[in-house]
Amino acid sequence: MSSSILPLRARDLRFLVDTGPLIDGVSLTIEPGSSTVVLGPNGAGKSLLLRLLHGMLEPTSGTITWQKSSSGDLRRRQSMVFQRPVLLRRSVEANIAYALCALSIPRPHRSEMINLALERAGLTHARRVRARLLSVGEQQRLSVARALASEPDILFLDEPTASLDPVSVQRIETLVLEANNRGTAIVLVTHDIGQARRLGRDVIFLHDGKDVERGPAETFMLNPTTEVARAYLEGGIVV
Amino acid sequence: MHDLQTAFLLAGKLIYKLDTDLMEIIGLSMGVSLGAVFLSCVVGMVLGAFVGVIRFRGRATVIILLNSLMGLPPVVVGLGVYLLLSRAGPLGVFGLLYTPTAMIIAQTILVTPIVAALTRVVVEDLAAEYDEQLRSLGVSGPRLMVTLLWDARYSLVTVALAGFGRAVAEVGAVMIVGGNIDHLTRVMTTAITLETSKGNLALALALGIILVGISLLVNGAVAVLSGRSGKTRYE
Repeated sequence: MSSSILPLRARDLRFLVDTGPLIDGVSLTIEPGSSTVVLGPNGAGKSLLLRLLHGMLEPTSGTITWQKSSSGDLRRRQSMVFQRPVLLRRSVEANIAYALCALSIPRPHRSEMINLALERAGLTHARRVRARLLSVGEQQRLSVARALASEPDILFLDEPTASLDPVSVQRIETLVLEANNRGTAIVLVTHDIGQARRLGRDVIFLHDGKDVERGPAETFMLNPTTEVARAYLEGGIVV
Repeated sequence: MHDLQTAFLLAGKLIYKLDTDLMEIIGLSMGVSLGAVFLSCVVGMVLGAFVGVIRFRGRATVIILLNSLMGLPPVVVGLGVYLLLSRAGPLGVFGLLYTPTAMIIAQTILVTPIVAALTRVVVEDLAAEYDEQLRSLGVSGPRLMVTLLWDARYSLVTVALAGFGRAVAEVGAVMIVGGNIDHLTRVMTTAITLETSKGNLALALALGIILVGISLLVNGAVAVLSGRSGKTRYE
């Protein structure tokens, strides 16, 4: 295993559209094995930030630098899970196989990685089932398993458990925590404060595209320093 | 009313007797149309997927062109292919005019735009759904096209059937480039045209009934083969 692509350093990221900046001067560092939760009201730019970091969008200005910069490695060593699972119209195991193939994982390694991913996600029994016939909770579990199958250095999660039942949420959180314990850094966008407490060690609080507050999760949850973060944590409507 | 009755009786009799002339005509009809649909799918699906996912200059024009070509008049295509394949034409040396090959060429030209235009719509819809996930995996170009074509396979069967419907039902193009020569290039539609013009309405109608029946059979067979049509729609 070659060395990690982390730390990831983003400096003064800006993303402008006609109506103004959606991300406005965000800087952050993601260390190997860390777990960071991105919180903030709707429209704060959380999902957008994730997409910029993952390389799906180009920032208008600012820089994103990885420890390693070979593009093949960068693609292979990071994954993302979206709010709504997008599964291919194939079997459960073919979905994971497809991702490994797309990431150019050598063929001899794939079947072992697929088996391991299915086992961790508790989906071994369903490996030949058409992925689209799984329940929504299982589909999202498969998405997480697929994202983790290549043992990425960093996993981006964009509200992965929104509108799932508690049991599914718990199983997905377990998967994510286990991956984090194995050394995968986590960057999670969520609206669920409880989930933020359970999964995050660090918090970045976004408001209007700016990172208005950040720090260790515990400190942030107990003593938010800004008014807007306090209102958000107390369940007030922040606009 | 009387004609209709006679036609049904005649159709039944022709099928029951397995009339050799009829079987020959049906065989050629199927061979030409299926051959043309196969070639159209190879070309049209790749073209449709390309236009569906790759952004290039002039794409909007290509889409308008493909959509318009869906309504290409068979006689015009027949005439064009005739000019190409006739002795004096650029491809005259191959001596293909009035052969089943010429008919396949003409029908392929007719059906390819239909397959391409419908594939474009299907693939574009699917691409929108898969977009973020596939970009996250770094999938683009030919791999993206293959992925979308494979995942759209159930919808593409319907696209192929639409193409088959067009091919098997058209008469203008095969008439011009095939010539409706008995035992050589006579297919169902040209036979129906001929019998109608001879005033042999009952036989023409009987052939028509058989043609509709075959169309139903092909569609039914595809539905059974691709199977689970109700379930697959939700996949």
